[in-house]
Amino acid sequence: MTGLAAIGAGIAVLGAALGIGKIGSSAMDAMARQPEAASKIQTGMIISAALIEGAALFGIVVALLQG
Amino acid sequence: MLNTTLKALVWMIVLLLSAPVFSNSPEEGENVDVTEMIMHHIKDAHEWHILSYPGENDVKQHVSVPLPIILIDNGIQVFSSKRLYHEKEAIEIVTIDGGKDHYVANEELGYGMFHEKIYKLNAAGLLDFDSEGNVTNEKPYDFSITKNVFTLFFSALVLFLLLKAAVKSYKSDGLHPPRGIARFIEPIVIFVRDDIAKANIGETKYKKFMPYLLTAFFFIWINNMLGLIPIFPGGANLTGNISFTLTLAVLTMLVTVFSGNKNYWIHIFKTPGVPIALLPIMIPIELIGIITKPFALMIRLFANITAGHIIILSLTGIIFTFGSAAWSGLSIPMSLFLLILKLLVAFLQAFIFTMLSALFIGQAVAEEH
Repeated sequence: MTGLAAIGAGIAVLGAALGIGKIGSSAMDAMARQPEAASKIQTGMIISAALIEGAALFGIVVALLQG
Repeated sequence: MLNTTLKALVWMIVLLLSAPVFSNSPEEGENVDVTEMIMHHIKDAHEWHILSYPGENDVKQHVSVPLPIILIDNGIQVFSSKRLYHEKEAIEIVTIDGGKDHYVANEELGYGMFHEKIYKLNAAGLLDFDSEGNVTNEKPYDFSITKNVFTLFFSALVLFLLLKAAVKSYKSDGLHPPRGIARFIEPIVIFVRDDIAKANIGETKYKKFMPYLLTAFFFIWINNMLGLIPIFPGGANLTGNISFTLTLAVLTMLVTVFSGNKNYWIHIFKTPGVPIALLPIMIPIELIGIITKPFALMIRLFANITAGHIIILSLTGIIFTFGSAAWSGLSIPMSLFLLILKLLVAFLQAFIFTMLSALFIGQAVAEEH
């Protein structure tokens, strides 16, 4: 059932998008509160985004192997 | 309005990036299987296929770089991949789900190749397939120089020459601002040293690990970038090859484990603050944790780069799915945007790999607090 693999990949991407969206929004809030710390916050945001994307790609790899 | 140079640059990039479109031109009316093209571009291959064009008599002419095939089979056999790919006609077979497939076999050499895997031919000069469509012939040990191996050597050479040229200007006295290529390399090295090594490993111990971290960073970055160039010698998906990322992750694991001090091992076998009754659960979990962290590194790099390649190739394949060049108005700008995004991803994945390696090493050499 290759259709299920595609749905699984879609759900994994959904989770990643929600997570990265939350990070982005709280990063923006923090940067607005304290503009001097903006570059540190940006670095942390990029790192967290890459880690979340890694987790989502686990799901995509499993979906690719399946379907 | 954009000034003229910028406009010219954008047009040049758009025209250049349409090169992947021409590298797989079908004959008139032939149906191109986009999925198969994508998989072919992502996987490894024994020859470097540059382009095909319909030559005289409607026979497809291929322009490709034949790479040597090195097999170990009671002694070393070396021959050019031209003998397997282009000497004999392909043998057609029917797969188990009714589709058509083909493989190449060369009786003089005694080897045949099916989906880029080399097998020994049976007595009749053919490959045997079992009920599931897998080949049951014996496989010799395959040490060929494939596309990925060639890219590995090539990028190692490029990296070596680049950094050697950068080091040369420091040799004499080193008391001057960097000259030449070092002007580009030095900020990156300082970035790795300050933001990655010193921040994660600590001021006193980072120097020992700098060579490994710098190598990992530059090597992954260069290979990611080479994978984005559509023409020879770029375009082989090396960082998207899971064996390559597996090796890098194993190296990180070895560096972490072999530089672990007493605190590190105490943390694993006798996690402080845990009651003795829970230790039989904690120890296996911590031991598995030594392996899962590099495993995540491997999967992250592999999946990011491969997914990027698949997306770019799919967007280019839109033109072929619909069969008319008019769709290029949609496909080329989207491919352009995604290729630029992939430039960022190339750097970011190298940075994340190096940073997480530094983090694990820092955990291994941390002092008691």
